[in-house]
Amino acid sequence: METIVSGDLRKTPLYEEHCALKAKMAPFGGWLMPIQYEGIIAEHAHTRSTVSVFDICHMGEFMLEADPVASGLDRIVTQDIVSMPEGTCRYGFMLNEQGGIVDDLVVYRLGKTSWMLVVNAATTPADELHLKRYLIGPHRLTNASNDLGKLDIQGPGSTEALQKLVGEGVAKLSYYTFGKFTLRKENVIISRTGYTGERGFEVYISNANIRGLWQELLSLPGVKPAGLGARDTLRLEMCYPLYGQDIDASRNPLEAGLGNFVDFSKDFIGKKALQAVKTQGIRERLIPFIADSRRSPRHGFGIYVNGVKTGVVTSGSFSPSLALGIGMGYVAMPLDAGSKIEIKDGAVEISAAVAKRPLYTKGTARS
Amino acid sequence: MNVPQNLLYTKEHEWVRIEGKIAYIGITEYAQSSLGDITFVDLPKKGAVVEQFKFCATVESVKAASDVYAPLSGTVTSINEELSAHPELVNHSPYEQGYFCVIEIKDASEKTKLLNADAYRTYIEGLAA
Repeated sequence: METIVSGDLRKTPLYEEHCALKAKMAPFGGWLMPIQYEGIIAEHAHTRSTVSVFDICHMGEFMLEADPVASGLDRIVTQDIVSMPEGTCRYGFMLNEQGGIVDDLVVYRLGKTSWMLVVNAATTPADELHLKRYLIGPHRLTNASNDLGKLDIQGPGSTEALQKLVGEGVAKLSYYTFGKFTLRKENVIISRTGYTGERGFEVYISNANIRGLWQELLSLPGVKPAGLGARDTLRLEMCYPLYGQDIDASRNPLEAGLGNFVDFSKDFIGKKALQAVKTQGIRERLIPFIADSRRSPRHGFGIYVNGVKTGVVTSGSFSPSLALGIGMGYVAMPLDAGSKIEIKDGAVEISAAVAKRPLYTKGTARS
Repeated sequence: MNVPQNLLYTKEHEWVRIEGKIAYIGITEYAQSSLGDITFVDLPKKGAVVEQFKFCATVESVKAASDVYAPLSGTVTSINEELSAHPELVNHSPYEQGYFCVIEIKDASEKTKLLNADAYRTYIEGLAA
C-alpha cells in the first residue's frame, strides 16, 4: 500500500478496511482517502456495468430544524425548497452576495421543518459559517459530519444489492427521493442519488455501524469497492462539477452552465449579482470537450481556438468509457458543440472538439 | 516485485536490455505499479537521438503524466507501435510486450552508470520502507 503521510489528514472509520484491501491512499479535502483498489479503469467499468461501493464519509452533513421561509433557508439555497415534498432531495447552490459559489449541495426534506444539507468535505467549515451568518429566527443547526458516515452504492445492480440488506422498499425510490430504512438495527436515510451517472443510492449511517455495513455490502455477489479515482472519471464523463476545481467562490452557476439549479422566481442570496450577469452577458462559460486521442487534458492546460488562447481546463482525464481524453474548462467565447479546439501545455498539444453534456450518454441514473 | 536478472536499471525506474549493438528500453514493474492504469504513451520518433538520463518519452496514467528518461544514449531504430492502441501492455507486460523502443547504442561504456538487478531491487526496497 502506498501512503502519503501527513499528521493533519483525517481518516474515515473505514481506513483499516482500505488498508486491508491494499488501496492506494492520497489526501483529498483534508482527508486520507482511497484513490483506487484494483485500478481506476476496472473500478470505473465495474460501476458502469455492475455495482460498486464508495467510502464517502469525508462529505459533510448538517441537520437543521427550521421553517424554510422564517429561517431564511430558502434564501440561502438557489433552488426553491419551500415546494419540496417531504422525502425528496434537491441539488442546488449556496451563493455569496456576489453570486460566487460558496458550495454546491443536496438538500433533503426530512419533515415539514426538518432538513439535511449534504456538502463537500473541504468546504464544510466555511459552509457552517455561511449558514450561521444567514440563518435567522428560531432554528437549530447541527453539524453531524463527525458522527454520520456515508456509503455510495452505485451501478445498474445497486438496487438488487441493497434490497438484500434492507428489503424491497428501496426499489420503490425514484430518482432524487429518499426513505428511512433499518440497517444493523439503525434507522438510516437512503436516497436514490449519486455522483456517477449510474442508478445508485447514498446511505447515511452512523460511524459506529459503517464498518459492518461496508463488510456486508462487499460480501454480496458482484459488489466491489471503488475509490475516488473512479468517482472522478465517472463524474467527469457526466460533466458533474467538482467543487474547488470546476466551480468555486470566483465562479457563478450561470458561467458553469448550471442555471437549471437556480430559481429566479424567488429571492436568494446572490440573485442581484446573477441578474446583472444575465443582463451584461456571461463572461466565460464552462464547456465539456472530447479529445481526438487517448491523451489526457489536465487541470491548468490552456484552451486555444485557431491558435489564440481563450480559456483554461479545470478538469481533465482519460475517459475509460470513451477511451479518449475528456475534460471541461472555461472559455471566453461562445463555442457550439462540434467546434474544434486545441488544448496545450508546453510541448503537449491535444486536438479536441467541444461536446454536449453529458459526455457519456448511456448512464442508468434515472432508469 | 519482478526485477529480471538480465536487465540493467535506472533510479528513475527505466530498464534496458542490451542485445549486441542494440538495446530495448522500457519502464519497470515498480514504475507501472506506482502509475496505475496507463492510458497513453508518447514515444520518440524513429530516427530520434536520445541521450542517457535525458527525457525520451511521456507516459500517462488516469491521474497524471510522467517523463521517461533514456537509460542509454543512442538513435531510435524502432518503436513499439502496439502501445498507441494498447498502452495497457505496459501494465500487463512491462519487460516484454510493453517495451517502449529500440535504440542503436552510441556508447556501450555508459552501462557502467546503470544499476544491475540486485542493486535496483535493493534500491526499490529502500523506497518502500
